[in-house]
Amino acid sequence: MSVVFVLVFVAIIMAGAFLIAFIWSVKNGQYEDTYTPSVRMLFDDPPLKEPVSEDQSAKGKTSKEDIASEKRNPKPETNNS
Amino acid sequence: MSEELKCIHCGNSCGKSPVVFEENPFCCSGCSTVYQILNTNQLKQYYQIEPMQGIRIEDEKKPANETYAFLDLEKFKSKILIFSEGGFSKVSFFIPEIHCASCIWLLENLHRLNQGVIQSVVNFPKKEINITFRENEISLRKLVELLVSIHYIPEISQHSIDKPSTDQSDKKLFIKIGIAAFSFMNAMIYHFPQYLPGHEFLEPDIRRMFGWLSVALAIPALTYSASDYFLTAYKSLKKGIISIDLPIALGLITLFTQSLVEIISGKGIGYIDSLTGLVFFLLIGRWYQGKTYQALSFERDYKTYFPLAVTQITETGNQTIALEDLKAGDRILVRNQEIVPADSILMSESTSIDYSFVTGESMPVTKTAGDFVFAGGRQIGNAIELTIEKEVQQSYLTQLWNQAENPYSANDKLNTIINHVSQSFTIVIVFIAISTGIFWYFNKPEIALFAFTSVLIIACPCALALTVPFTFGSTMRQFGRRGFYLKNTAVIEHLYKVDAVVFDKTGTITNAKLSDIHFIGKELNPEELLMIKSLVFHSSHPLSKTIFNFIEGEKLLEVSDFQEIPSLGISGKINGMKLNIGSKYFVSGDKKESENLKTEVWVYLNDSVAGYFQLENEYRHGLGELIQKLRKTHELHLLTGDNDAEKTNLLHIFGSEKNLHFNQTPTDKLNYIRNLQKRGKKVLMIGDGLNDAGALNESNVGIVVADNVFNFSPACDAILQSDKFASLDKFLRFTHRSRRVVYAGFLISLIYNLVGLSFAVQGILTPIVAAILMPISSISVVVFASFSVSLSAKVFKF
Repeated sequence: MSVVFVLVFVAIIMAGAFLIAFIWSVKNGQYEDTYTPSVRMLFDDPPLKEPVSEDQSAKGKTSKEDIASEKRNPKPETNNS
Repeated sequence: MSEELKCIHCGNSCGKSPVVFEENPFCCSGCSTVYQILNTNQLKQYYQIEPMQGIRIEDEKKPANETYAFLDLEKFKSKILIFSEGGFSKVSFFIPEIHCASCIWLLENLHRLNQGVIQSVVNFPKKEINITFRENEISLRKLVELLVSIHYIPEISQHSIDKPSTDQSDKKLFIKIGIAAFSFMNAMIYHFPQYLPGHEFLEPDIRRMFGWLSVALAIPALTYSASDYFLTAYKSLKKGIISIDLPIALGLITLFTQSLVEIISGKGIGYIDSLTGLVFFLLIGRWYQGKTYQALSFERDYKTYFPLAVTQITETGNQTIALEDLKAGDRILVRNQEIVPADSILMSESTSIDYSFVTGESMPVTKTAGDFVFAGGRQIGNAIELTIEKEVQQSYLTQLWNQAENPYSANDKLNTIINHVSQSFTIVIVFIAISTGIFWYFNKPEIALFAFTSVLIIACPCALALTVPFTFGSTMRQFGRRGFYLKNTAVIEHLYKVDAVVFDKTGTITNAKLSDIHFIGKELNPEELLMIKSLVFHSSHPLSKTIFNFIEGEKLLEVSDFQEIPSLGISGKINGMKLNIGSKYFVSGDKKESENLKTEVWVYLNDSVAGYFQLENEYRHGLGELIQKLRKTHELHLLTGDNDAEKTNLLHIFGSEKNLHFNQTPTDKLNYIRNLQKRGKKVLMIGDGLNDAGALNESNVGIVVADNVFNFSPACDAILQSDKFASLDKFLRFTHRSRRVVYAGFLISLIYNLVGLSFAVQGILTPIVAAILMPISSISVVVFASFSVSLSAKVFKF
């Protein structure tokens, strides 16, 4: 029956990992706004324009990058005042 | 015209003369300006996500160029910015206008409008935007002006700067629930084998391990998750009050010690699963009850309404200073649409000031040089000069606010139903526990202590404590769905106790805008009407707008020699004929005030006085029926700052003259409420503006009627959407239903308690009985409460 001991401890470690993940997500502010991300994900990327001039294509690029970075990190912390 | 052109920006009707840009119709130049900004920055997707959702700001409401000059001052900058380091800054604004997916999209693409913005993230439920930007590329002031240029005006006021963050407590509760759930689920796993047949064959080592593991799990649940219950139980006991938290705390402690004793002695595994389950359910109830409307504010005071800074006139020129630095004797400049910040004397020749929010009077008041100007009015027209008489803190309005400290909120928690019940409940339980213990002491001494603790364990009033949060929490949600927003669930208990209702008049039982118009005088032919319409088109005075909309007609005539004389009227020539429109004195030269107290706009054309437009407030739809219904159950009163011009109409509606009071100052209103309360009445005050603020605060329940619930409203207990005004009686009646649901919930949980007690007093309460009975009672009460509230809301049809 000693395998039960091992299993119980594996189980509690796994559950503990999820608890820690939950606490982290709360502290990270993921439950502060549960509505906006659902809208945000439906926005299309800005349509790509034919490069008319240097200036404009550069502009388009930065905005794409910004959106990409937003996707990686959708929720910056808001409580570091 | 068969089809009406709609502005492609805001969806409003473009009227007869749309502004056209790139073949798109707009209702006003403001809307077309926003379109042009978005167009040049390739942000036209704004109009595709959700069409015609743009925000319209009437030209005269637009903030002046200098309005945000104070944001350049270091003093305000450091307060408003959340964070600023290494050229990067972060700021968060509350923007009441955020309402759709297009808003989110545009605001999160701010970086395409200005390179200085690095990232902007919208929090839709809070109507908040968090912006990270480079200060050397775009200053805070420029950033705010950028938002204003696309018609998203952030709310920047003293209140929004001082606002303490409420997120922390929310987060803490989430973590507490998480830990309680973790302990509960795991404890169930350890206990479950012991409830199965054949558990006696379980190895003692495993049994011991399960026991100690569950004790380890119970410790964080008890000391961290449930800490509030012990704290409040202790605090109220110190004050000599038995609150619902006391039997809960008692039950939790007994559960834990009993389990500990059983595990140490090796007799059993204890009740840890029931214990952690209790904590988990209790916290869920607290979360459900505590959910509030994030974007609504019930705590605002005059500070929100007043500006942060004013323009001071000094010998060296104009400068922006903070409102709190303003001293008596200072000279200040107040521009169009700005608020008069302190009681002062008018230095400029004349002006009109809109006091609608402060006094409830719907028409702007005319002031001439040397007149005393109360704080809180909104300046309309050209910039004026004022000399401050009293500092902001001593101004009339501020004083009124400060004297109205809410007297009942401090101890209102004591009267709630749950604490009434829990008092007798606790006494009965302790009595049963002791008598059980004594009985067994004489009959079978070895189980006396166990029977005693069993009673305390099974009586732990979890289900009882969950009834109120879930009933009132669902009621609050049902109300919220129907446009009636409560500050918290305690308001419901005050609502059904109310037996007197006090109404404010202007803006509360009438629409805020004058809309009932008659022309009194000689008959006007269509051509003459068109001439009037053409002339008033050129004026931005609210009365001119109302008349403009009142007269039908398509093509406007050309007006020459147009003149607007502040606070008197307008004049102009059409086809060589002179027209004067305005006050009686201006038009007819007759200085005598008219007997009629209603608002009048006189017209002079064809070399004679043609007559006048009479404007009246229109009563809210369904007012008559509402009063009829409320009169049966409540004592009704009306307080108004206006004169008694409407007396006959009101008499018709209210039926009796006794409780109608006219010409009431804000202080009168406050004292009136106090007197009613002295007579033992529970008063519900319904108002809308700052003039009612004192009364709203003083009353047992203060409800504010608002056209836009997100805009400024004085501090109150509840906000009612103005189009739901006629349903007020239904909301009031529904609270009685909620109360009945609460009583039924109490009954259910008491029945469960009786069943549990029958085991406990016999000394045969086993962990399995507790583990089944306690969660079932909690869950069934929760299900019963939420379902019966939503079901009766459906049946009730309001």
